[in-house]
Amino acid sequence: MSQAEAALTATTAPEDNGPRPRKPGNPRNPLWTLGILRSEITTTLRRHRTYALLAVLAAVPVLIGIAVRIETGGGGSGSGGGPDGGGGPAFLTQVTNNGLFLVFAALAATLPVFLPMAVGVVAGDAIAGEASGGTLRYLLVAPAGRTRLLLAKYASVLTFCLVATFVVAASALAVGALLFPVGEVTTISGTRISFGEGLVRAALTAAVVAASLVGFAALGLFVSTLTDSGIGAMAATVGLLITVQILDSIPQLSGIHPYLFPHYWMSFADVLREPVHWEELSKNFQLQGLYAAVFGSAAWARFTSKDITA
Amino acid sequence: MTETATAPTDAARSTTAPVIETRGLTKRFRGGRLAVDGLDLTVPGGSVFGFLGPNGSGKTTTIRMLMGLIDPTSGTATVLGRPMPRAARTVLPEVGALIEGPALYGYLSGRDNLLRYDRADPTADPRTRRARIDHALDRVGLAAASAKKAKVYSLGMKQRLGLAAALLRPRRLLVLDEPTNGLDPQGMREIRSLVRQLAAEGTTVFLSSHLLDEIEQVCTHAAVMARGRLLAQGPVAELAASARGRLAVTTPDPADAARILKEHGLGGVSVDGDRLTADPPPATVDLADLNAALVGGGVRVRSFGIEGGSLEDAFVALTGEGFDVAG
Repeated sequence: MSQAEAALTATTAPEDNGPRPRKPGNPRNPLWTLGILRSEITTTLRRHRTYALLAVLAAVPVLIGIAVRIETGGGGSGSGGGPDGGGGPAFLTQVTNNGLFLVFAALAATLPVFLPMAVGVVAGDAIAGEASGGTLRYLLVAPAGRTRLLLAKYASVLTFCLVATFVVAASALAVGALLFPVGEVTTISGTRISFGEGLVRAALTAAVVAASLVGFAALGLFVSTLTDSGIGAMAATVGLLITVQILDSIPQLSGIHPYLFPHYWMSFADVLREPVHWEELSKNFQLQGLYAAVFGSAAWARFTSKDITA
Repeated sequence: MTETATAPTDAARSTTAPVIETRGLTKRFRGGRLAVDGLDLTVPGGSVFGFLGPNGSGKTTTIRMLMGLIDPTSGTATVLGRPMPRAARTVLPEVGALIEGPALYGYLSGRDNLLRYDRADPTADPRTRRARIDHALDRVGLAAASAKKAKVYSLGMKQRLGLAAALLRPRRLLVLDEPTNGLDPQGMREIRSLVRQLAAEGTTVFLSSHLLDEIEQVCTHAAVMARGRLLAQGPVAELAASARGRLAVTTPDPADAARILKEHGLGGVSVDGDRLTADPPPATVDLADLNAALVGGGVRVRSFGIEGGSLEDAFVALTGEGFDVAG
């Protein structure tokens, strides 16, 4: 049998686009360990559920764009509404002047609930979904290795964060360019930057928004290691999100606000200042890093010592 | 009777080193339930080992401990000569397992399911992946259905795909938990012949099954568990031989027959309609004399003889119950 396999190897190897070992004779290659990462990411992104989540996210900018367009009648009639310096980063007033602002408006609309909810579904299901399907035991006897599997799961959840955010941004850019004029961008600070520079800022903003979800993704992964019910883990993760969002909106609890993961989420608007204000942004990144470290460690401690009975 | 933990002789140990060996393996779950209690199991290399026990007797918990999915509360387990779960990374690539039925990704095709399980193994060569998957699909007779989504598979097809996953690489040990569940008689026969074929190639097969005659047909060795404890283990022939059959008499006069048998010192006499069974007489008593005594006492005998001596009798004698009974 091994001879037959060896013979087949020679014919199939050129077609296989998996990680290629450097030395053909090497019985085991460290790069092979990345196979599970590729498997996780493609499996996550190929699910119908993922398509549905991304479709909902892509629909948000369409709804906002159409609503703004209808509200302002013909559109494009700059009402002289300059930069809204003091207000929240709703960006809606600028959308009619410049379609590029729909990217910022859509990210501002989806970041509090829709984006993290989608991430919560994917992260909460990561381990618990495999457990409830029974596939977890087969991955572990493959043997995937518990730490390796957890890392691959977290990497695929983070990939989903990035993909989801860029789906919102890309959809918003397309709708914005279709329904509204595009051109030079007026920053929150009042200066004007070129459209190309504006596009860079939009991409940077999407990256910042994706990075804002890193902490919550780790929290969802931790919840996922606590139960063998995929649905339960998803519900608990999304429930936590809503609870924390409510806590963050109660002024009497301002003492704990700086430690709540969504507290600095809206700091992404600072990317649109000239020059970029990094203070709140870096506080956001530090907080996300803290959450990732704490809940990542907790997930690891739990998952590597857990009896797999499902 | 071959009692628990027949320690292998030194000679046997050197020729066939045990593939699985546990010493005092114990698992107490949170909440205090003792699932496995001081298990001393020895599975000789090259054997087809039948693992028997009523449902809930601790078989699956034992298998999960051997596969590193559950940490034992105390005791040790070695698989392929290395400690589990510590050596899981080096041991498990050489072990194929089907645990408590197959588990598949319904939204992936049969082939993609195997691809995923193979990619999970960091020691599996991606250059031979395609060929190995084809070979495994062929072996379980699923090549034609490999492009279909697993969610449309019948239970038997899922079982076959689970087996294919266990056969993705040449294995030194195969752990098969109820491998013929959900298969039709033809499928069962195929699996039996596959097990024999694998054993002939030198793979040790550790097989748990509900079907005693199946174990008797394919297994060289067996162990019997009940209520978390190991009751017996050894070669199947020895286990079956150790089971003493029952004396069975069919007669229209069961009451008289029971009286006469008791007078001759036979124990365990029970009557069911015109059928009567009793513990077999000691070797000093000739069965022919016993029969003559019955006839002489006016009992009309339709049939008379010793029944059983099968693995099932051994099992019933050990566990005090049939299969599929305990909860």
